[in-house]
Amino acid sequence: MQFFLEVLIGGLLAGVMYTLVALGYVMIYKASGVFNFAQGAMVFMAALTTVGMSEKLGISPWLAAPIALLVMVLVGLATEKFVLRKLVAQHEITLFMATIGLTFFLEGLAQMVWGSNVRKLELGIDDLPIQWLMDKTGISVSQFDLAAAGICAVLVAALAIFFNKTKIGRALRAVADDHQAALAVGIPLQYIWGIVWAVAGFIALVAGLLWGSRNGVQFALTFVALKALPVLILGGFTSVPGAILGGLIIGASEKLAEVYIGPMVGGGIENWFPYVLALLFLLVRPEGLFGEKIIRRV
Amino acid sequence: MSQVHERKIGEVILKMEGISLSFGGVKALTNISFDVREHEIRAIIGPNGAGKSSMLNVINGVYFPQEGTVTYRGEVRARMDTHQMAESGIARTFQNIALFGGMSVLDNVMTGRNLKVKTNFLEHALHIGRARREETANRKVVEEVLDFLQLQSVRKTPVARLPYGVKKRVELARALAAEPSILLLDEPMAGMNVEEKQDMCRFVLDTNEQFGTTIVLIEHDMGVVMDISDRVVVLDYGKKIGDGSPDEVRNNPDVIKAYLGQGH
Amino acid sequence: MIYREAGQFKTDYVSDSQIFPIKQDRIVIALFLLIATVLPFFVTDYIRSAILIPFLIFALAALGLNILTGYAGQLSLGTAAFMAVGAFASYNFILRIPGLPFPLAFVLGGLSAALVGIAFGLPSLRIRGFYLAASTLATQFFVVWALTKIGWFTNYSSSGVITAQQMELFGYAFTTPISKYFVCLVIVVLLALAAKNLVRSNTGRAWMAVRDMDVAAEVIGFRLMHTKLLAFAVSSFYCGVAGALYAYAYVGTVEPEAYNLDLSFRILFMIIIGGMGSILGSFFGAAFIVLLPVVLSLSAHALGMSTEIASNLELMVFGALIIFFLIVEPHGLARLWQIGKEKLRLWPFPH
Repeated sequence: MQFFLEVLIGGLLAGVMYTLVALGYVMIYKASGVFNFAQGAMVFMAALTTVGMSEKLGISPWLAAPIALLVMVLVGLATEKFVLRKLVAQHEITLFMATIGLTFFLEGLAQMVWGSNVRKLELGIDDLPIQWLMDKTGISVSQFDLAAAGICAVLVAALAIFFNKTKIGRALRAVADDHQAALAVGIPLQYIWGIVWAVAGFIALVAGLLWGSRNGVQFALTFVALKALPVLILGGFTSVPGAILGGLIIGASEKLAEVYIGPMVGGGIENWFPYVLALLFLLVRPEGLFGEKIIRRV
Repeated sequence: MSQVHERKIGEVILKMEGISLSFGGVKALTNISFDVREHEIRAIIGPNGAGKSSMLNVINGVYFPQEGTVTYRGEVRARMDTHQMAESGIARTFQNIALFGGMSVLDNVMTGRNLKVKTNFLEHALHIGRARREETANRKVVEEVLDFLQLQSVRKTPVARLPYGVKKRVELARALAAEPSILLLDEPMAGMNVEEKQDMCRFVLDTNEQFGTTIVLIEHDMGVVMDISDRVVVLDYGKKIGDGSPDEVRNNPDVIKAYLGQGH
Repeated sequence: MIYREAGQFKTDYVSDSQIFPIKQDRIVIALFLLIATVLPFFVTDYIRSAILIPFLIFALAALGLNILTGYAGQLSLGTAAFMAVGAFASYNFILRIPGLPFPLAFVLGGLSAALVGIAFGLPSLRIRGFYLAASTLATQFFVVWALTKIGWFTNYSSSGVITAQQMELFGYAFTTPISKYFVCLVIVVLLALAAKNLVRSNTGRAWMAVRDMDVAAEVIGFRLMHTKLLAFAVSSFYCGVAGALYAYAYVGTVEPEAYNLDLSFRILFMIIIGGMGSILGSFFGAAFIVLLPVVLSLSAHALGMSTEIASNLELMVFGALIIFFLIVEPHGLARLWQIGKEKLRLWPFPH
């Protein structure tokens, strides 16, 4: 039982981190209807830039982070201006494929500037079990995992408030619903999109720092972000609570499956389990837990 | 100017009895009954939101009414899937053009022949013998339809590039290519100017006269309706408020009230 | 004026429906086939093995993906998985049925891939757009995992890397690059012809109807399930055969890691750049994606850049090109080719 709880908690904590990455996708999709496949590349780029800057300038990652943030915001704005604005009228699949192209571009760029070696990212929080919990219940939960989850939770809550309670958040939702109508009521479209991409860049940075610190800053980081896809499928592409719930489910189920089913089939289940789970889920509920039901008529 | 049609209007081919249709809590149609005779042109008219498109969808089989029956060729019709609907000999056009944007006019109209294709994909891949003959035969029928609707000059043009009026004609062509017994037209004249409307009227009448196709159409333009229909059904708020010849309906006080409001 | 079609009248539907109704097109195609048959004799083994053979193989895979995504509108990110199935199935058929002629093994490999394609295509009946694309990732990751983990597929090889058997037919072994090239050429030409026939027939129209407006297509009488699953089946068959060729005529080994997400993306890039919904475009795209890294690495070498920088540059150029094509010419090189032909029709006059 104790072991089960450990795995479960570990999974849930990882799930919170997935949620954070997923929110980057949700933000952009909510505001511009674009599924930004490049979010993963942005996470990678943010982490790599932080580490690179930190090494180059000899400063701690915490200080390098704001610089990386600036870079990410610029990347986001440039994307909006040079890629998305040109493809506004196109089919959503076309936009999706453009973000796939963007993924490759950003990955190549990041590695070209900072090199392709695996880097360690030291944030100062150790990956050790929390002592008092260990003493009291014997359950081992990593300090780092807990801290990371905490940071993510705060950020998720902030984003939720941002969307629902602030003027800009409302404007964002209006833009997501109907561009023309939003324009008609005077919402400055490009300004809003700029904000959206900047926030997405910020999310990518936090996610990059946390995941990079956990797993090392390397190309495989982009696959972590890809895992956010099943999260989105479960939770719907436009819902913040959906992303939260989806993240927790994916995080927990992935870990549990790997630990309990994995040994029976040779391991490596983590690679595909979330995707298959999402697929099965889609068959039952094509719009996800909280997604908007799509009605099509002729 | 009313024209007298010299065709022979046949027996009742389609009968609606007590049709009621709701979506969630909204009642779209309430207790509608009317019939359609073979070879006639039947118009369904009424103010916006009266339920005309829903009625057409019931005839087509897309919606299955909660109450009432649809009798087609003497048999009460059960719930069908879309394939069965298409095979029953009823073809239709759509209010917002539903052409296949990535294909040419010719290919779009050829899709109307889909149900007549009996060969399988392997035969298509080899393109010999039976598949080749079938494709040529279907092409012949389609070319006749294109000729009939004067679309030959644009046959290889991608439909996305065509003007609105021509697109509507291509949709009609696609429906005709299926050689239907009943043709459902959902606002075929919508968005057209006077000349285009005259052309379309001519095509609708020609279709009816030359092929004997029974036509049920939804239309807003009263002039068109009065001119070309044999009989008219009037709907308002999902209920039937008039049924008869164009003249009868025109003088029906309920119809006048529905369109123009009380006091006229 | 070269491309003038005036005077080429067709007097019956059969001749109007020919694959290449315009005489100039027929000449060009004949020329290409001639070059394809003769050129290999005049180039080095390196070019045969590193450029010509992969070009043909990727063109075949691109054809497969184009059928599914370009014609039938079902976006798929799992192309490489179907190639893997084709490769592994062919391997197992040759291994376990002694004396099996390799073309038959490839066909069986393709059919195995088609079955897997139908199974993983079932979700397309409920899911659309990029939800479907996301679910094809499940295919990609699961299939490759299964082929790695389930020992029977790899004949319990300890390293996980199997050497592909030789391609033998009636005692003749296709071991030289030039012989392998011709195996690929024959297979690809035949399958390309079949594909061209398919897309001009009712089958192809059904695919395009479902792509453009599936609700209307259904009301007209197209069976969505049949149409979509057939697209998955045919597409996977093509990818399966391509996968088998990839193992037997190109890399010489059968290993799951080669059929990864990166490969799936490359093939997607081929059809985007080459032209979605175009048979010819699949060839253009394959040529482009095969030649580009070669050109880049040669220039990088000439400019003194390291291979690491060159490979990252390759990523950037790919990405930028995808975006470029989607913005400027979403219909890809095939459309540019068509525009070129139209200009030739009038040349030397401007309009």
